[in-house]
Formats: sequence, C-alpha cells, structure tokens
Amino acid sequence: MAQDVDIILSRPKALSDNITHYCPGCTHGIIHRLVAETIDELGIRERTAGVAPVGCSVLAYNYFNVDFMEAAHGRAPAMATGFKRLRPDMIVFTYQGDGDLASIGMGEIIHAANRGEKFTVIFVNNAIYGMTGGQMAPTTLPGQKTTTSPLGRDVTTAGYPIRMAELLSSLRTPAYIARAAVHDPMYIIDAKRKIKRAFSYQIANKCFSLVEVLSTCPTNWGLSPTVSLEWLEKNMRPYYPLGTFKTPEDEVEKK
Amino acid sequence: MPGIIIDKLYCKGCELCVHACPMQIISMSKEINQKGYFYATVYEPSRCIGCRICAITCPDAAIEVKAHGTHFTLFKY
Amino acid sequence: MAKKLMKGNEAIGEAAICAGATNYFAYPITPQSEVAEYLSRRLPEVGGVFVQAESEVAVGYMLFGAASTGKRVFTTSSSPGISLMQEALSYMAGAHLPVVLVNIMRGGPGLGGILPAQSDYFQATKGGGHGDYHIIVLAPSSVQEAVDLMILAFDLADKYRTPVMLIGDGMIGQMMESVEFPEQYQTPPSPKEWALTGAVGRKPVVIKSLFLDPIALEKNSLELAKKYEIIKADEVRYELYKVNDKNKLLIFAYGTMARICQTAIDELEEEGIGVGLFRPISLFPFPQKEIYREVIKPNIKALLTVEMSVGQMIEDIERCIVGQKPLGFYGRTGGIVPSPDEVKAAVKKQLGLGK
Ligand SMILES: Cc1ncc(C[n+]2csc(CCOP(=O)(O)OP(=O)(O)O)c2C)c(N)n1
Ligand code: SF4
Ligand code: SF4
Ligand code: SF4
Repeated sequence: MAQDVDIILSRPKALSDNITHYCPGCTHGIIHRLVAETIDELGIRERTAGVAPVGCSVLAYNYFNVDFMEAAHGRAPAMATGFKRLRPDMIVFTYQGDGDLASIGMGEIIHAANRGEKFTVIFVNNAIYGMTGGQMAPTTLPGQKTTTSPLGRDVTTAGYPIRMAELLSSLRTPAYIARAAVHDPMYIIDAKRKIKRAFSYQIANKCFSLVEVLSTCPTNWGLSPTVSLEWLEKNMRPYYPLGTFKTPEDEVEKK
Repeated sequence: MPGIIIDKLYCKGCELCVHACPMQIISMSKEINQKGYFYATVYEPSRCIGCRICAITCPDAAIEVKAHGTHFTLFKY
Repeated sequence: MAKKLMKGNEAIGEAAICAGATNYFAYPITPQSEVAEYLSRRLPEVGGVFVQAESEVAVGYMLFGAASTGKRVFTTSSSPGISLMQEALSYMAGAHLPVVLVNIMRGGPGLGGILPAQSDYFQATKGGGHGDYHIIVLAPSSVQEAVDLMILAFDLADKYRTPVMLIGDGMIGQMMESVEFPEQYQTPPSPKEWALTGAVGRKPVVIKSLFLDPIALEKNSLELAKKYEIIKADEVRYELYKVNDKNKLLIFAYGTMARICQTAIDELEEEGIGVGLFRPISLFPFPQKEIYREVIKPNIKALLTVEMSVGQMIEDIERCIVGQKPLGFYGRTGGIVPSPDEVKAAVKKQLGLGK
C-alpha cells in the first residue's frame, strides 16, 4: 500500500496554468506567486478582482485565476477605486511597477491612498522601466546606469529616487504601508506575511493597503538572476529600508 | 521522507533554486525543456529535508514539495 | 408626474437617477459644477456612489473600473475636462464598456473661456482618443430633451456596450425650464454576464483593450466597426422644424443653437421668407441619408449651417450633401451666441436678398 503523501507546498490554485512571459529569474514571478498563495489561504479567489498595469506585468491577467481588468499606464488605482466603490464586497488589488505607480500614476496612487480606498496595492519596485527596455525610473538609484541615464542617474537633474512607501505613509488617512523584498527566502517569507496582512485589512474593510516589494530585473540590469539578487541586497536595500511604515492601528494611537 | 518535484515545463533554468537550497542538492540538467531552457533537477533526492526554500524561491512556481509520513516544518510559511 | 421647474444641470443629474444610474464620478469644472453639487446631496438618498476624483484623468478610469461591475455609471464635465478623459474613452470603447459622459461645452481651445460653445464637435464625433473607435453622441436642445436623451443614453450604452456622450452647451446647463420625469424610476439593472463579479463556477473574466496579437486586435476593431454600422442604421435621430415644399433654404443647427435658429425662422416667416430647420439630435450616428433626402428637394435653393464654433459640423454636412446645393456658414465662437437677428441676416445673405 502506498504511503500517505502530503503535499506541503505546490502551485497555488489562484495561479493559472499558463507559463509566464517573464524573463528567467525575474522576481515578478515570485511576487505573483505570493499574491496567489495569499488569495488561496484567505479563501477569496471567487470574490477577487485584479487590476493589471502597463509594464512587464501588463499580462498579469493571464496568470491569475481571478477576474481582471487591464488598466492604462498608471491608472490602476483609479480603476480599482471605481470598481471597489461599487462592489465593496469584492476583494480588489492592483499590481503595479515603479514607472506605472511612481511616475505616470503618481496622482492616482496618492489620492486613492489618501481617500482610504479599501483595496490592496502590490507595488513592484525594480528601479527601472522593464518593459520598454531599461529606461530610468523615478526609483532608479543615484548613479545607476540605464538606457536613458547612460552615465548613471544624475541627481542634480533627475532628483533622488522616490521612496514611495515613506511618501505614502506621511499621509494622515489610516492605511497599511510596508516595504518588503524577494531576493532571499527569508525576505520572501516576510513579503508573504506583509501581503497577507495587506489583504486581511481589506477583508476586514479597514483601510487602504500597499506593499512595496523590491524586485529584480536581471535583463535590464544586465546581470544574471542570482547576481541580481546580490545587487538588490547591496544597492537597493540600503536606499529602500524594509519595514512596516504605517498601520491603521498607529493612527488610532496617535490621535 | 520529504522530496521535491520540479515541473520541467515551467522551469526557466534561472538557477535561483540551485543557490537557495541549503542542502545544495539541486543542479541544472544537461537537457533542455520545450522552451529551450536547461531545467533544474534534484541529483541527491535522499538528502532533501523538505524545507521548501526552493519552492519559495522559484519565480515560476515549478517546484512542489511533498512528504511521506511525519514531517516537521522549520518555519511558518 | 407633475412638471418641475429645474436648471438643466440638475435635471441631467436627476435624469441619470431615473435611468437607474446611481454611480457618479466627477471633478468640478464650470459651467457644470452644479451637477456634482446636486448629486453629492441626491445620490446618498438613493444609495448611490459619488466620488469627487483628483482629476478628470482619474474620473475616466474610475468609470472604467466602475463600469466593469456591470452597473450604470456616468460623469459630467466640460471641454478641458473631457479632453483629459479622451485616453480613458479610447480604452473604454476598446473594452466595450457602457458608460455615459456629459459634456457641457465651453469655449476653447486651451483653457478658453467659461461661456457656452459648440467647439468640441470634432472631438466628440471623430474621437479625441487614439484608435479605431467612435462613441454615440446625442445633442439636446432643451432641458426636457436633455432629460429624455440622458435616459436614452444609458439604454444605448447598455444595448451596444459603448460609451455614449450627451453634448450640450453652457446654456442647456444654466437654463431653467419645466421638465417632466418618467413616473417610474428604473431600478439599476443587474450585472451583465461580461461583468467582473468574481470567478464563481466559471472561468475568470478579463476586461481589457490590449491585444498583442494583431489578428486579435484587428478582430476587436472589426467588431467595433460592425457595431457602429448597426448604430448608424438604427440609432439616427433628428428633428425637422417648419420644413415644407415652399422653403427656399434649409438651416442645419444642433443643440441650443437650433432653438435660436427656430426664433429666426419664425421671424423670417412673418417677413415672408420660408426657411426650414434640420436639427441633428444624434451627432454620431450622423443623419447622413436624411439630410441628403431633404437637401435634394427641388424647392431648396441654398443651405446654411449655424454653429457656435468656427465651423465643425459643417464638414459633416458637406460630406452628406456632396455639393448638391450651395452651403453657407454662420458661426460665432469663444462664448458668443449668435442672435436671431444675426441668423436672419445670414439667411438673407445666403439667399442673395437685401444687402
Ligand atoms: C501613456 C503611456 N505612456 C508610455 C507607455 C509605454 N510604457 C509601457 S511600460 C512602461 C514602463 C513600465 O515600467 P514599470 O512600471 O517600472 O514596470 P516594469 O516593466 O519594470 O515591471 C512604459 C513607459 C504606455 N504604455 N502608455
Ligand atoms: S524585463 Fe525585467 S522586469 Fe521585465 S520580465 Fe524581464 S527581468 Fe522581469
Ligand atoms: S526542500 Fe529544501 S532541501 Fe529539499 S530541495 Fe528544496 S531547498 Fe533543497
Ligand atoms: S528556480 Fe524554478 S525556474 Fe528557476 S531553475 Fe529552479 S525550478 Fe527552474
């Protein structure tokens, strides 16, 4: 007789069977999986709607087993607002890159956060424009070379990279704002907890929630997938500290 | 006894699992899959401790972790 | 229902509620901010949703997201605000989403002015956004008609799964007129099968305008084109005023401009000059065949288009009449409204009468 076999970890049900178009070793895939695992664990697959951005994750709707809409560049938070206001019973999340959220969509994200819209934002910060071929993003590090900053980001003309989690956590409206990373199993586990917490606040109808996730872009960084993880640790982590910047509970205490 | 199954169809040969496995028992195959990638394989399955780190790291959700009988998890995921 | 004296802007808001559309997203802009003011009070009474957005760009996408629930949604704005929504309009047309937009036009280009104009005709009927698409455009000439067309707009939007725009000028918005609403307010329709309602016992639904495969993208554009052909065949609306077989001249005008032309026509009639009015109500679909039919009548010697612009609808008229009769134009713009006397003078000039 065959022994009992327990599956301890496998592809989450909320991920579709499709093979992603992401480059080998791109950590967009890890973040997708974390979101899908969260959806499974919270049992919300059948009442979740996602909003895909413009960026490498433009086809995110092909990879999740949940209803989806495809936004214009940067406008996902406005779409999520419209949807969630009419369907407060559904769980809504946007999945956005740094060009999408911190550049062209800066207005939408700040105001959605400030209105306290009750959806969850997964913000993927890879310090570059991936899809369009590695141009400078608002999150590109000082001195970082990109196709539009061939000599490295010049902070005298481009300014310093924007720390979105910090910026958003300066808003008064209660929210859950955290930053995580996925370049190491330990941090992936932490990222998962933060993502789960973000969705849990939404399920409790508590507040706006956003998790910024530091991610790699091996292709446009010009590094191998494993070296990219090291690059993230060495360069991005010091500039973008990980942590939980704001919880709705803080706001209650501060009052 | 724990063990992993790598679905070579999903594997893109990025080697992240190879570096992540604390037991260093994953390596890249000499063969390519349908997509043309050298996929990951476990070459010493008996030493697997079922820690799940490979599956947690894999960007393509290509790895499944299984266990026969009693299994202790080292951390919550 | 008894008649009610109401300002155009408020009547438009109430008409939407009549149509079961209780979900409204907007950003303030003169001369139509009263709609938002009215609805911010009225919508909570009917359990509706009102969001004052951070910009018209955001309004456009809030509409996209909200329409994806399958419920009736709308916005109101004025020219510069509508310009900012063009990107979203293109996305919503591409994604086959029903939404209703109201443009209470003011003078442009640029920041322009805040007085009534009809200079957004091109933008509305030819598509201000990118891609192969159209939207249905309806132009009321009275507050009552604004109410009726607003309700119709929601029905057409749902029927064809397309954005529909009600296009008026500042006068329609500010005018106080007695209006009648339907006895029975519609209950918001239940979500349609294409809407995002959660993947329960079915495959996930995706609402999008992205088709990376050119064959799929062409297919979507052809589907849109097919839809516009049906709309052109079935949804043309227009009105004739004092059109008879003795008229020498036919005026083309829409919206409140048409009402001013009616006054001019009445006065000309007293002077013994017979003039008729062709008033397109649907600007897209444009009453092409109907205009041609009127124009080729043997008694018609000359034609005149009157607009509160430097001449936009006239290009469509030219397209319809294919040079059959001499076509003149009279227009004022920038917020100046042609008076009946100015229209009368233009008619006489076009007929070669007087000086
Ligand atoms: C209005 C508009 N402007 C520009 C683009 C082109 N564009 C597509 S993706 C992209 C950048 C995306 O970068 P990011 O958000 O960082 O995501 P990533 O690809 O790195 O995941 C740009 C500029 C567009 N699609 N739409
Ligand atoms: S270009 Fe960069 S961000 Fe995009 S899939 Fe490739 S590695 Fe990932
Ligand atoms: S479960 Fe742990 S020990 Fe087993 S292959 Fe994966 S990483 Fe290595
Ligand atoms: S991490 Fe996943 S995709 Fe990368 S080599 Fe290992 S199994 Fe293949």
